[in-house]
Amino acid sequence: MELYRSHVLICGGTGCTSSGSKNIEEVFRAELSKYNLTNEVKLVRTGCFGLCEAGPIVIIYPEGAFYSHVKVKDVTRITEEHLLKGRIVTDLLFKESVVDSKVRSINEVDFYKKQQRVALRNCGVINPEDITEYIAFDGYRALGKVLTELQPEDVIEIVKKSGLRGRGGGGFPTGLKWEFTYRAQGDQKYVACNADEGDPGAFMDRSVLEGDPHAVIEAMAIAGYAVGADQGYIYVRAEYPIAVHRLQIAIDQAKEYGLLGKNIFGTEFSFDLEIRLGAGAFVCGEETALLNSIEGKRGMPRPRPPFPAVKGLWQKPTLLNNVETYANIPQIILKGPEWFAGIGTEKSKGTKVFALGGKINNTGLLEIPMGTTLREVIFEVGGGIPDGKAFKAVQTGGPSGGCITADYLDTPIDYDNLIALGSMMGSGGMIVMDEDNCMVDIARFFLDFTVDESCGKCTPCREGTKRMLEILEKITEGKGTPADIEKLESLANTIKSSSLCGLGQTAPNPVLSTLRYFRNEYDAHVHEKRCPAGVCQALLSYLIIPEACKKCGICANKCPVGCIDGVKGKEAYKIRQEQCIKCGACMEACPFKAIERK
Amino acid sequence: MITITINDQKVQVENSSTILQAAEQLGIRIPTFCHDKRLVPHGACRICVVEVEGARNLMTACTTPVAEGMVLYTDSDKVAKTRKEILELMIENHPLDCLTCEKAGDCKLQDYCYQYDVKEGPFHGVKKSYKVDDTNLFYTNNQNKCILCGKCVRVCNELQCTGAIGQFERGFDTHVGAPFDKGMEHSNCVSCGNCVSVCPVGALMPKSKERFRYWETQKVRTTCSYCGVGCQMDLVVKDNKIVDVKPAEGPANDGLLCVKGKFGYNFVNHPDRLKTPLIKKNGRFKEATWDEAYALIVDKIKNTKDRYGADALAGLSSARCTNEENYLMQKLFRAVIGTNNIDHCARL
Repeated sequence: MELYRSHVLICGGTGCTSSGSKNIEEVFRAELSKYNLTNEVKLVRTGCFGLCEAGPIVIIYPEGAFYSHVKVKDVTRITEEHLLKGRIVTDLLFKESVVDSKVRSINEVDFYKKQQRVALRNCGVINPEDITEYIAFDGYRALGKVLTELQPEDVIEIVKKSGLRGRGGGGFPTGLKWEFTYRAQGDQKYVACNADEGDPGAFMDRSVLEGDPHAVIEAMAIAGYAVGADQGYIYVRAEYPIAVHRLQIAIDQAKEYGLLGKNIFGTEFSFDLEIRLGAGAFVCGEETALLNSIEGKRGMPRPRPPFPAVKGLWQKPTLLNNVETYANIPQIILKGPEWFAGIGTEKSKGTKVFALGGKINNTGLLEIPMGTTLREVIFEVGGGIPDGKAFKAVQTGGPSGGCITADYLDTPIDYDNLIALGSMMGSGGMIVMDEDNCMVDIARFFLDFTVDESCGKCTPCREGTKRMLEILEKITEGKGTPADIEKLESLANTIKSSSLCGLGQTAPNPVLSTLRYFRNEYDAHVHEKRCPAGVCQALLSYLIIPEACKKCGICANKCPVGCIDGVKGKEAYKIRQEQCIKCGACMEACPFKAIERK
Repeated sequence: MITITINDQKVQVENSSTILQAAEQLGIRIPTFCHDKRLVPHGACRICVVEVEGARNLMTACTTPVAEGMVLYTDSDKVAKTRKEILELMIENHPLDCLTCEKAGDCKLQDYCYQYDVKEGPFHGVKKSYKVDDTNLFYTNNQNKCILCGKCVRVCNELQCTGAIGQFERGFDTHVGAPFDKGMEHSNCVSCGNCVSVCPVGALMPKSKERFRYWETQKVRTTCSYCGVGCQMDLVVKDNKIVDVKPAEGPANDGLLCVKGKFGYNFVNHPDRLKTPLIKKNGRFKEATWDEAYALIVDKIKNTKDRYGADALAGLSSARCTNEENYLMQKLFRAVIGTNNIDHCARL
């Protein structure tokens, strides 16, 4: 095995790739060969490091130097100074990496300090396109152990004991699901992986597939052995080209190494895996719709029962777990269920990956032990709210979840606590909102999403979400009545209790939770025709403060509809409200800040 | 058998039955749109929801199997309120043209709206607006009236096995049509009309020449005369005239018909229809009685057989006859007339 004195890890996640990490890698390669360092320094294109805000990211070991926002022109300096002369280029490091002019390693940065990486263990560490790197990090050892030392019942017992719950959103105990599928009668069984991650702003599963695809493959083979399946399907959305590409490479390599296919590890067990591409429908993340889609049918949910464990793909018992759930499995087998159950809270074990976004300093991907509080996540790991604005709420669970207010920031994150607050864990999207966000508008935004993504099969979801959206639009346009709020609430409860699948049953959550915590904002829109956060355009008006107006006329020139009158140099300008389209161009243009929005 | 409690009434039911089947046994009526016992359970319309103790949400009676000790309510306040709201959502997106709609009187949406006292949609939101597709010769597809129960698509796929229609777009824009939304004439529809027969509302309607209201008609159960299968059907009759045909549940057809049985009934009342045998006399056909006709046939057969032998005769039987009739026909030719010259139109 070749030894290198330095490893340069370049993030190859979607975020960093789109901000140019591929070019950076190429320039690094050229520089290394220019200085004859190819035998001393190894260049690795890894999966996501998590702190997407700071991308493109380059990390150099053994120092753990964390270079952020790296540009192509920085590469020569890093090569010449750091790799050639051993001097860390401090001004290119991530801002928090330098404290009192001392350089801290990536692991000491706030964003990473509280994190515990189980599912993301290898993301940002190994080259996901090289199976030997995964194997070097204990890869496929768990599968070997399972196949040669354990009976299927033992494996199921281990997963049950670990307390692992489904990471796709539902939080169903994974071991039980495995047991149901194991017990189900069938001449053929299947294992499937749900990689149809669709919540806006969520990219946990994508990062696992991009950064550590073999972990999922290994876990699916383990699951196949446990439940008695010899065929697996990974249903991944076509909008994740890097994930699909790396997954295919990983499957091919695993087959080449005999870790997929016939008689794995020389045992009787055979297992094959295929990718199925989704066409981008959110509802196909719902398990029965996903199964329909794999079968080539229209992506619409089926009634449950029967559950997939009994009648899944082609009516055969099918085990369906989410990417992140699988990513935990090899670790649980290797380190033991007690180790995993030792992390987290009483009813929610292990860690959870969250995609943190919205009004937050450190946008990115993080993995924390269950039981970490929302405050720790938002203010320590996430670095708080930008521009000194006040925190207002955090939306967990994406469009199926709800918002949680500042009063509940010290709630330890676990499945049951979030549900008790009217939200849910979901797949792990976490969108932070500050004082500038209008909660009625947020509810409208999420409803807009679910209306778009409803499959159209059942009446409450197809027709009901549309009517809810219409009411919300009415309210944000200032045309709402008190009766509308009542209708909204009643309809939300009906949709929740009578829809066919999880999409419809949770679609009203953003409305119900904003109604629960921010009813005053709804009331302000309806009774006072006022948007407290100043977001809903129809409820705003732009006013020129006469005393501040310098009579320059710039605003009148900029106004696209010509509704600002005045005489240049003589008379303060005025906006004719009835014609104003509230575009805000005048306010932006005024050099004297003489225009206010109310 | 297991014991469950429906509306405070303890009953024994088959353990493989659904809540809907169990309720039917007790004579408890649960409204349904998308349910059809011949089809794979669909659970789409949600009108059959019932309250099951211990369940997080309301459950659809048509898809949920009963379980030992299950306690359920089919008409609690919550159930009634939910059904009413579902109907409101349907009628909100449906034309209020019952006064001129030909389905009136035979429309489940109308019936349930009456039952649950729903006059109109309460939201005053947008309504769908599709062009009526009348490119099929026998029926029209008016998606403005469709409630997307999916029965038409499922009958076409699961029972008729033609796969001519499907659902397109999603969410609020979901609608039923032919592939690529090109219109029914471009589909591989065989015009069996089974989709029309299962439509609970006025979305798929026969192109009828008659104007009638369902309450002016009466149903006459009969066997389809087009072929030997023996499909059962109900003729819908107004003033002694057939105005529509609906498939009935018979052992041979299980509620299905083909294009002839479903739509080919106009000959019955046609003025050109032959109602008595005709015998040619002096170069012209004249009406005759059956006795006269039989006598003539027997006479001709006898004469031919005497003059040219039995093999000069041949019998050709019809697919419109039953198996039994076909059997008798060949028996007549082989045993009575004495020839093996017997064949059947289905072989031609």
